Amino acid sequence: MSKMENIAQFSRRSILKAGGALVVSVGMPIGLDAVLAIQDAFAQGTKPPLTPDQLSSYIAINADGSVSAFFGKMDMGQGLFVAIGQMVAEELDVPFTSVKVIMGDTATSVNQGGASGSTGIQLGGKQMRMAAAEARRVLVEMAAEKLGMPADGLTVRDGLVHAKADAAKKVSYAELIGGRYFNVQLDWNKEIGNTLYAPGKAKPKDPREHSIVGKAIVRADIAPKVYAQEDFCTDVKLPGMVHGRMIRPSVAGAVPVKVDESSIAGIPGAKVVWEKGFLGVVADNEWDAIKAAQALKVEWSDAKPPFPNAGALYEHIRNAPVRKRQVEGKETGNVDDAFKSVARVIEAEYEWPFQSHACMGPACAVAEIKDGNVTCWTGSQKPHFVRDGIALTLDIPKEKARSIWVVGPGSYGRSDADDAAMDAAVLARAVGKPVRVQYTREQATGWDPKGPASIHRARAAIDASGNVVAYEFTSKGFSRIDVNTNGGAPKDTLAGHLRGVDLKSADGFGVPAESYEFANKRLAWETIPPLLDRGSPLRSAHLRDPVGPQVHFASESFIDEVAAALNLDPVEFRLRHLKDARDIAVVKAATEKAGWQSRPSPRRDQTGTRVSGRGIAYAQRNGTRVAVVAEVEIDRSTGKIWARKFTVAHDCGQIINPDGLKHTIEGNIIQGVSRTLWEEVKFDARNVTSIDWMTYPILDITETPESIDIVLINHPEIAPSGAGEPSIRPVAAAIANAIFDATGVRIRRVPFSPDRVRQSLS
Amino acid sequence: MAQITLHVNGNTHAIDADPDMPLLYALRNNIGLNNPHFGCGLAQCGACTVHIDGEPVRSCITPVSAVGNGKVVTLAGLGTPEKPHPIQQAYVEEQVPQCGYCINGWIMTTAAFLNQKKRPTEAEIKDALSGLKCRCGTHMGILRAVKRAAEMMG
Repeated sequence: MSKMENIAQFSRRSILKAGGALVVSVGMPIGLDAVLAIQDAFAQGTKPPLTPDQLSSYIAINADGSVSAFFGKMDMGQGLFVAIGQMVAEELDVPFTSVKVIMGDTATSVNQGGASGSTGIQLGGKQMRMAAAEARRVLVEMAAEKLGMPADGLTVRDGLVHAKADAAKKVSYAELIGGRYFNVQLDWNKEIGNTLYAPGKAKPKDPREHSIVGKAIVRADIAPKVYAQEDFCTDVKLPGMVHGRMIRPSVAGAVPVKVDESSIAGIPGAKVVWEKGFLGVVADNEWDAIKAAQALKVEWSDAKPPFPNAGALYEHIRNAPVRKRQVEGKETGNVDDAFKSVARVIEAEYEWPFQSHACMGPACAVAEIKDGNVTCWTGSQKPHFVRDGIALTLDIPKEKARSIWVVGPGSYGRSDADDAAMDAAVLARAVGKPVRVQYTREQATGWDPKGPASIHRARAAIDASGNVVAYEFTSKGFSRIDVNTNGGAPKDTLAGHLRGVDLKSADGFGVPAESYEFANKRLAWETIPPLLDRGSPLRSAHLRDPVGPQVHFASESFIDEVAAALNLDPVEFRLRHLKDARDIAVVKAATEKAGWQSRPSPRRDQTGTRVSGRGIAYAQRNGTRVAVVAEVEIDRSTGKIWARKFTVAHDCGQIINPDGLKHTIEGNIIQGVSRTLWEEVKFDARNVTSIDWMTYPILDITETPESIDIVLINHPEIAPSGAGEPSIRPVAAAIANAIFDATGVRIRRVPFSPDRVRQSLS
Repeated sequence: MAQITLHVNGNTHAIDADPDMPLLYALRNNIGLNNPHFGCGLAQCGACTVHIDGEPVRSCITPVSAVGNGKVVTLAGLGTPEKPHPIQQAYVEEQVPQCGYCINGWIMTTAAFLNQKKRPTEAEIKDALSGLKCRCGTHMGILRAVKRAAEMMG
């Protein structure tokens, strides 16, 4: 057996071990209507259906007493699975090391939404906590019957239930149910995805009793990666597998009209898969597939270049018809009236470009069709939706599709991973063999769904005494859900568009998340139609903290502009208007840690080429609060910015794992600096021209900040909110405000590339 | 197609391959070493880095026929949990990676650098690693780990 076959079989064995083969099935399922002992009522030998209302869908006690936690979300590299393991171990009263969190296989977990909106702990963990608490309750009930004692006389330590008064009266979880399944119904809210919630009768522990939650437990997946022992989705290999590559047009929107298959006739196993706009090749080995994709002669339709001319993006957004306008929340007071008779109006407009996920590796997926059943190995952060998308794409029942998440080359939202999964499925069906498809770098950066470009207008009304009496903030841009947040339907994937399903762009944007109080206040957003109605390399979708960085770049820059116009210290001005106590606390914590000196910006005391400044920005995100102080150095001659130091105060309620949280915040800050200083998807009338790391630069190691100081504010009494994205949100504004502090120049367009900064300063 | 002999991680492999095929595909598909990774195919990111005779090389643009008698070492051949290279040990201790797809490039480049350069300054470290990509933004951890490894190597 070759090494390649070994890998595939190893993967399959792992899956079986993780799922059905865990437990030996004994006899018939037990009818719920039968009169049973608690032991039998709570446990059975065959697995109940994998539905959200079954405890067995989340928790299993294995024969050796270890715990399997089946999690319908995925860890994208921030150690989420460690935190989930901690929450489960805590509620079950078992050692952390005895819990294995199994993620992302649609055959073993229900759809908890995948990685989405920083809800891994906030919503996914909440459900796992409730399921684990219910499992403990049931196990204690079972022990009570077995030991002939009341349940309230029992306690649990390390998976051993014993009498509080007599530790010798004991029974282990393994003895009670090990190797059989929970047969316990949960109170499911009938929702799937992020909002799925299915508690049992148990109440989770009082946070004051926590001993595992809150600990800095390290990740076990790092050593295997470092020693080349862990496979990525790019490494999945199946017997008989062939390699696929996709072919995209040089003019966006063009479709193949003539394909000369003879141009690749000399390449072993090379085949064309062509269906309407969908065009790919397969070959027996990978290098041949790459060569075939390059050699294939294709004549494309004469598509009209669909995009605005270079440099006209923001004019396009400004002039585009508004498809939907939404005022978020309730307008406070009457903003329009308030602006009519004030002493002074401060106004500004900000611009943010399209940005790419630009994952470390181009997306890859492997699809196999066997006896009418489709299995897809994907790096998508939402494999359950990938399963649904494959079923719709291939027109088969959902039950015949399975998707297995295997760690991919990074994922920061609706990346190219979902598209690759659909392409693999279409190719596999066309050629009747398992197909592994991987995109090129050009396709990864050029054709992934993009974070939307936008403009943001803000104005403030100042009365004669210098008080802000009205504030209005309006974003206008491409929707963040031009294609949906997952590949769950053909309307949202390239394969769907290219095979004839129209894009159905939905409307979604966002407003600043803050607690500034003004007598009159209105926050709104407006969406505009996409530039191309299908198969667009500029289709917009969720990119880490969808529209958060752009909205808060604008809003928190503007708050600074108002403070400067009133000659006030930017922190003092914020604290004067902030109303939420936790918001105030993060702003104070960050500025105190940073040694913030109260004074208005800019600082005006510097001469010479190299100047420095400091800036503050803060934001909320679904319950989490973050304040960031940036200290930057600017070389006025080159325009080069060094974001030298960050101080971050972070409050996400209860902290499950402070070590994982700190690493997550560091990654957010660095990615935020990268997006602020460098990242812009460039395009011409024909297509996206940012197609590699030269044309889509990101932050280099030589530009790494000197330090990121993090203040974690822990609120064990407040249910945990998210941390995967909130701290990327204020980064751009903090840097912009620091540049203003250093130079007195306000830069209102991201990225702050050396050329732009130099121009702005001259 | 040509018969090509490769010396990888102490083993000798005879493969039948297009001489123009990049070494990356020989390592991944012919020899079954899943590190290195394909990141760009343009020598811009480093995810495919291997050592040839101790020097870091981007295997995605190195034709397999150009390797000759060079001794290739991949991440799998650099060290083991029992006998790690100091940068591997430091990576685990500092809990550096997030998705981990890029670490091949950072570890192999750092290992080659630290094998030659003792007690590097921070500026020298950054300079040696410049151009490598990490999209998750683990830069702070990378630098902590490299400094830790440099200390271990004295």
